[in-house]
Amino acid sequence: MSIVADTKKALDITDLELVYRVRGIDRPVLRGVSFSIERGRSFGLVGESGCGKSTAALGIVRYLPRNGRISGGAVSVAGRDVLSLGGRELRDYHARTVSMVYQNPGSALNPALRVGTQVAEAFTVLGASRSEAGTRAQEALMKVQIADPSSVMSRYPHQLSGGMQQRVVIAMALAKDPALLILDEPTTGLDATVEAEVLDLVAQLQAELDTAVLFISHNLGVISKMCDRVGVLYAGRLVEEGPVEVVLHDPRHPYTVGLLRCIPRGGVRKDHGRLDTIPGFLPSLGSDIPGCVFADRCALADERCHSEEPAITEVASGHLARCFHHERAHSLPREELADLALPAVNRAADPLIRLDDLGKIFHQRGHDVHALVGVSATIWPGETLGLVGESGSGKTTLARTLLGIVGASSGTVELERRRLQPLFQKRTRDDLRALQIVFQNPDSALNRRHSVRRILLRSLRKLAGVGGAEAETRVQELAAQVRVTERTLTQKPAQLSGGLKQRVAIARAFAGDPKLVICDEPTSALDVSVQAAILNLLVELQAERGVSYLFISHDLGVVRYISDRIAVLYLGRLQELGPADVVFDGPHHPYTEALLSAVPIPKSRSRGKKRVILTGDVPSPINPPPGCHFHSRCPYAMARCRTVVPTLREVMPGHWASCHLHDGGVTIPLARPAAA
Amino acid sequence: MSAVASPTPSPAPVRSEARAARSERLRLLLRSPTVLIGATVIGFWLFCAIFPGLVAPYNPIFDNQFSTSEPPNWSHPFGTDTNGRDIFSRVLAGSRNILLIAPAATLLGTLLGTILGLLTGYLRGVVDDVASRLIDAVLSLPLIVTAILIVTAVGNSSRWVVVLIIGLIFTPIVSRTVRAAVLAEAELDYVQAARLRGERAPYTMYSEILPNVMSPVVVEFTVRLGYAIFAVASLTFIGFGVAPPSPDWAAQINQYWTLIDPYWWMTLFPALAIASLVVAVNLVADSVREVYER
Repeated sequence: MSIVADTKKALDITDLELVYRVRGIDRPVLRGVSFSIERGRSFGLVGESGCGKSTAALGIVRYLPRNGRISGGAVSVAGRDVLSLGGRELRDYHARTVSMVYQNPGSALNPALRVGTQVAEAFTVLGASRSEAGTRAQEALMKVQIADPSSVMSRYPHQLSGGMQQRVVIAMALAKDPALLILDEPTTGLDATVEAEVLDLVAQLQAELDTAVLFISHNLGVISKMCDRVGVLYAGRLVEEGPVEVVLHDPRHPYTVGLLRCIPRGGVRKDHGRLDTIPGFLPSLGSDIPGCVFADRCALADERCHSEEPAITEVASGHLARCFHHERAHSLPREELADLALPAVNRAADPLIRLDDLGKIFHQRGHDVHALVGVSATIWPGETLGLVGESGSGKTTLARTLLGIVGASSGTVELERRRLQPLFQKRTRDDLRALQIVFQNPDSALNRRHSVRRILLRSLRKLAGVGGAEAETRVQELAAQVRVTERTLTQKPAQLSGGLKQRVAIARAFAGDPKLVICDEPTSALDVSVQAAILNLLVELQAERGVSYLFISHDLGVVRYISDRIAVLYLGRLQELGPADVVFDGPHHPYTEALLSAVPIPKSRSRGKKRVILTGDVPSPINPPPGCHFHSRCPYAMARCRTVVPTLREVMPGHWASCHLHDGGVTIPLARPAAA
Repeated sequence: MSAVASPTPSPAPVRSEARAARSERLRLLLRSPTVLIGATVIGFWLFCAIFPGLVAPYNPIFDNQFSTSEPPNWSHPFGTDTNGRDIFSRVLAGSRNILLIAPAATLLGTLLGTILGLLTGYLRGVVDDVASRLIDAVLSLPLIVTAILIVTAVGNSSRWVVVLIIGLIFTPIVSRTVRAAVLAEAELDYVQAARLRGERAPYTMYSEILPNVMSPVVVEFTVRLGYAIFAVASLTFIGFGVAPPSPDWAAQINQYWTLIDPYWWMTLFPALAIASLVVAVNLVADSVREVYER
C-alpha cells in the first residue's frame, strides 16, 4: 500500500481509463478522467445517462460488474492507492474509508431485517460490541434527524417512507466516518419536498464532518445546491470542470452550454419560444473517436475538432475545459426552430372536459382511502392543465379516473358537455379516441415484440378506423409529425433510444385525433436534452391540432413551461387552481409555496432566501388530519385550520385557492367556466 | 423542428446491434459445451429413431434360436436376449416410441398450459380463482399414479392415450409458470394502452402478451420434456403405450428386470439408453433456462 504524501486530497483520480468487455471487445467507458476532491469538499459529477457517471463511482469503490476493468490511471482515496488493494485490504477499504449511497434506498436496505439491526451492523463491522452498536445506531439515526429513533429501529424498511429510508441509508454510510462519501443520484426517486429535506441534511452533515462528497446527479439544480466544484462528463470524458457557480454561469464547453440551455427555467413558457435541444446522439459505447467526443453534435465544431482531441486547458483560474473554441462556447449557435403560433385558448367557449365533484375511494384492507375528494376542474380546448403535487396526492388517480381505468366513486366527468361512462370498457370508440395517454416510462409503454409500424398501424385501425393502404399513408404522416424516420418504423422498441420511444408513444396517442392527451410525467425518465425535444414536440402538436393536455409532472420548471393553468393537489384535494404565472408568482396557497421552495437553488444564492421547509411525510389518506388536511405540515396553520375544512374560493379572477388565509373572498362554484 | 432532424443514429450500428442482440441467445447456447453434448446425444437418438436400419447391425425383432442370452461379446456388443435378439440393435431401434410420445405430450401440455396460463393470468377474477384451485388439486396428485389410474380407467393404452394423459397432467404445471409471467406482463403500460384503444381480451392476450411470455414457455417446454421422457418410460415399463415385440427401452427393462441376475445386460443397456436421453435433455434444458432467464 503506497502512501501518497498529499493527504489533503480525499479523492485523487488521474487519467482513469475504464473498459467494459462486451462481446469479446473492450469498450472504453471512461477515457482519461482526472479530478480530485479535498477533504471536507464536495464535487458534483453531471452528465446525461450513459456518460459514465455511475461507472466512475463503481470504479472508485472497486465494485465493477464482472465485465468491467480499470485499464489505466490511478485512484487514491485518503492517500491510499485503491487500485492495488488486495482482498483483505479491499474489505478494510470498504469497511472504513469509503461509503456509497445509491438511488433507490428501498433496495439498499435488507427487507428481512429490522432497521435497528442493519444500522447496528454498520458499527459491529467496525468492531463495536453489540450493546455499544445499538446505542451508536440510535445516535446515528438522531444525527440524520429521525425524530423517534427507537421506534424506527424496531420497524422494517418497507414500513418507512422513501425519505426515511434514504436517511437510514445515509446514517449507515456515515457510521464509519468515511473519508469519501459517494452519493449516486440519492434523491432522484424522491419527491421534491423530501428531496429538499434530504439535501439539506447532507449539506449540514457534511459541514459537521470532515467528509469529502462525490455527488453524482443528472440534475444541475441539485448539483449547484450541493457542490463546490462540478465536473461535466460526456461519453466518458471530463469535458469541463470548475467551481459550480463559474461553470453554470460561464460554461466554456459547448456541451455544458447546450445542457444548460435545454432546461426550462426562469419562468419561460411555451408561448415565449421553443426550448433549445442538443441535436444528435451520444456516441455508442466504446466507439472509436479520433477527435473531440462532442464534435458530432457541436455546432462550433470544425475540421480540427473531428480529427484532433483537444487537451483540457485552464480557461480561468481553477476552471478547465476541453475545447478548442472555449472562448466562444457561449456563442454556440442556437437551432433555428420555426416559431409557432399557439392559438389563444377561448375560455368563453364550451369546455372540453369538466370534472364535477369527482371523488374516488379505494377500499384497502377494510379502510377507506380517499384518493380524490371533490375535485372540480375544467379544461378548455387547446389548453394545457398542469397537475402537480407530491406522490400520493392523487395525480395519477385523477388521470386514471379521467381515462376510465378506475371508475369514479362520486361525481362526473363530462366531455364536451356529455357525461362520460365511468369505466372505459363502456365508453364508445369516439370517447376512447378522444382521451389518450402518454405514459411515464417509454420502456413499458410499448410492446417490445412489435415493430413501431405495427404499433402505429394497430392504433390507427382501432382508434381512427382506417386500414389497408390508407393506414400505411397515415402511418407515414404520423411518423413525420413526431419526427420518426422511415427506418425507425421497421425497428422494435429495444432498438430505440428513450426519446424515440417516447415519440412513438406520442404518435400512438395521436393516432385517432385525440381531444385530450394525458401526459403522465412523460419526460421524467428522459435526459434533459431529450426532454426539451419532447416538450417542443408536444407544443408543436398542440399548435397544429389544438389538442388539450393534462400534464402531470413533479418538475415545476417543465410544468410552468408547458401549462396554461396549473392545478395543485394534496391528499386528493384541489388546493389551488389558476393561470400558470399567477400560481408560480403568488400569492400562493402555502402548499404551493412549499413545493416551489423545494426546487433546489444554487448554494451561492441560497443564503438569505426564505425557504418554506415542509417537515414530515404526507399523512396517510386513510386517516387524514381533520380540518384543512394540510394543517399538519403548514407553517401558517391557525387554530381555525385544525377544525374547519377550507373551501376552494376564487381569490382573483380565474385563480382559486383552498385556504383560510384567503378567507373573505367570495365563494364561487368552481364548475362554472370563468371569463377568459 | 430541426432539433430532431436525425432522430436515429447512423443506420449501420443500430442494425448490426439489433442482429447481434437477437443472435446473442443462440450464440450463448451454442458456445456452451453442455448444450453441445446434450444436443449430440439427442441428435444421435433421433437419427436412430428415424433410420433404425442404417445403424443397427441386426434386425431388432429377429429371433435367433442359436444365440440366446449371450453376454456382451464382439459380435453382440450388448449381448443378446432370451429370444436371441441383438440387444445393441434393439437399443438403437428402441428410441422411436419415446421420442414420439414424449415430445408430443410435452407439446400438448405446453400448448394447453400456455392457453390456460394466459386466461387465468389476464382475466383474473373468478376464472382465475376457480382454475387456480383446480390446478392446486391436480398438482397435489403424483404424476405416475394419476397416469396409471387414468389409463386403467380409460381402458385403452395406445400411444395417443399416453400422449393425452401426460399432456393433460403437464397442463396445470405449465399454466402456473405462464400465469406468473402474464401477471407481471399485464401490469405494463402497453397492455393498458391496448385496452384504452378498445382491444378485446383475446387480441390483447394473443397478440400483445403472448409474444412477451415466450421465454418462460420455451424454458418450460425443455424442462417438461425431460420429465415426459421419464414418464413415458415409466408408463411403458408398467406395460402401457407399446406392445412387444417392437423394441422399446422401457418395455425391454420390464421384460427382463426379473432376470437381472445373471442376465444383467438385458436390463442395463436399455436403462443406460433412457438415462442418456433424460440427461441429454436436461443438459440442454438447463442451458436454455440459463440463457432465457438472464
